[in-house]
Amino acid sequence: MEAYLGYFLYLLSLLTVGGIYAIFALGLNVQWGFAGLFNAGIVGFVAVGAYVYALLTTAESTFHIGGFGLPLPVGMAIAMAMAALIAGLIGLVCIRLRSDYLAIATIGIAEIIKLIFKNETDITNGPRGINKIPRAWEHFSEERFYSSAPMSWIATPEQWVAFFDSLPNWYWQPLFAGTILLVVFIIYKMLERARTSPWGRMMTAIRENEPASRAAGKDVTKRRIEAFVIGAAIMGLGGALFAQHLRLIEPTNTFDPSKVTFLVWVMLIAGGSGNNRGAILGAFLIWTIWSASELLIAGMIDVISAVFSTLDPSILATRAGFLRMMLIGILMQVILQRYPGGILPEVRPASPKAEKTVAGATGETK
Amino acid sequence: MWDAFGFEFVNFYLIPGLVLGCIYALGAIGITLTFGILRFANFAHGEVMMSGAYIAWTIMALVGAAGIALHPLVALPFAAIFVIGLFLLCDRWFYKPFRKADTIKIVIASFGVMLIIRSAVQALWGPNQITFVPGIARPNAWLQSVTGDAGMMILMPNKHLWIFAGTILLVVALSYLLNRTRTGKAMRAVSDSPDLAHVTGINVETVIKATWIVGGICATAAGVFLVMDTQTLETTMGFRMLLPMFAAAILGGIGKPYGAVFGGLVIGLAEELSAYPWIGDTPLLSPGYKTGVAFAIMVVMLIVRPQGLFKGRSF
Repeated sequence: MEAYLGYFLYLLSLLTVGGIYAIFALGLNVQWGFAGLFNAGIVGFVAVGAYVYALLTTAESTFHIGGFGLPLPVGMAIAMAMAALIAGLIGLVCIRLRSDYLAIATIGIAEIIKLIFKNETDITNGPRGINKIPRAWEHFSEERFYSSAPMSWIATPEQWVAFFDSLPNWYWQPLFAGTILLVVFIIYKMLERARTSPWGRMMTAIRENEPASRAAGKDVTKRRIEAFVIGAAIMGLGGALFAQHLRLIEPTNTFDPSKVTFLVWVMLIAGGSGNNRGAILGAFLIWTIWSASELLIAGMIDVISAVFSTLDPSILATRAGFLRMMLIGILMQVILQRYPGGILPEVRPASPKAEKTVAGATGETK
Repeated sequence: MWDAFGFEFVNFYLIPGLVLGCIYALGAIGITLTFGILRFANFAHGEVMMSGAYIAWTIMALVGAAGIALHPLVALPFAAIFVIGLFLLCDRWFYKPFRKADTIKIVIASFGVMLIIRSAVQALWGPNQITFVPGIARPNAWLQSVTGDAGMMILMPNKHLWIFAGTILLVVALSYLLNRTRTGKAMRAVSDSPDLAHVTGINVETVIKATWIVGGICATAAGVFLVMDTQTLETTMGFRMLLPMFAAAILGGIGKPYGAVFGGLVIGLAEELSAYPWIGDTPLLSPGYKTGVAFAIMVVMLIVRPQGLFKGRSF
């Protein structure tokens, strides 16, 4: 039973982190898959979401500004809004840049955002980061939550302590994973609706043939900024959940561009850009490969260090970790060259009118 | 004029800025040539540069184990051969399949190459800092005494003199190549108009190879000069250098090698001089934001004048 519990919790953590990456991938899908905007600064928006959430919801602290102790959903909503606001400002000036220029500019902006978080020590505690970030569901067992309203209306703190003691210490894991999957599902539903709506078809038109859609009277710049802002808001929400999952964030290692920006790109390309299901599938698939390759490499190190006893296994372990990144990079190259559409290639939504004429021409009833 | 402030300004801000500028300039030459001739932003450039520095260090360590202390500049040509090989292999495996495809595909591919090379270096050499050349660099005594007699003392370690000399040599060689040789002229022609160049019978594939070779030599030099300056090797230095180099290439105008050199010097100087106490006693910009200066210049240039100062290509 104990062994199965371990597997169950591993599965839950896969779903949790995979779900967070799925949110990032969905956000990128709006920007790249729908609108064709090459955002190479995903990590910047994620960092904004994570930091705003962390500063708003942690308990008061002397290390960083505030610690405003706001309710968690409020923190997440403001995190989303801040990411959207910053994306809007960036979009206003950068959106008309051509694809690879936009990539360079967004990388630069993401680095500037990280530099600000690193250097404004009074606000963000600089490189030492922010810790004790409340995680949804687990936070109920923290004293400042159960001793204040609304939890204090239901039961006394002593009763809450007794209640949480009676639960297993991983009680929050299924709930947290479930919440994230629910968020993924809601975003997916909303984006599917957007994709098949006139707005989504217009985005495709702008991406495929900008002059033609301009000639048809579409406000290309405005639509692009919209897509950029919506994508960034989703990334900001993902960032808030990322901060909850990690509980400790700092500017350099947490928001490593290769582990956020690049991994999300691989996920979207592998899953199929332009396809929301593909983005989710790619996120879970690549995260599982990433996570499982750790176990695989750990096993390989055991074998290698057993054969070559002169090598120090601890050095091997630190270095082999980098082979994972290489594996993912090579995987991406293979997908890009052999399966450019990804696992689930984009399906164009047909316009309602077109469907009717086809049905009429062949004499079928719809 | 030449008081304590001048002394401080020249020795602690101007000269380090120029040194950094030389390094950016060499890196930006490769980026601007690839951008102009192959028409894509090569994100892997910084990592290739970094791997060149690691190779140079390995050559020095291997020869050093045999008891000969090798100067980094001697190891440089051998490392350059390796880097050229790496560039050509990357081109064959990762970039060539996309020659006729959308630009964006090849940019994503170069993004992947960046990660592959970096993780390979991290796996082979480990993620920790390595000391390149140990010891404190003393200022060149001759230069110090000569300029000191003239009333304006310049403190410059030998490494900085080598970096200046190497950069000037490479830029002169490059301008000879581009203006006097057939290959160089073909490179310029392809950069200006690939279709016209193709029609006149220029072999574009050869030109692309030449581009990688020139870019490889400059990138290795930039990498080795950078570690000569900072004296430490890090696996993150490629990514740190990448954006300033892009900034330099964009500032000078895409496809303009001289523009890249000028842009590199401007970016290097701007980064160092931004920390100079221009107003009052405190630095104008906190040194923590030094790397942000290049990004800011780049973003402003992209928006205001995307063709660069020297009328390069703008897409």
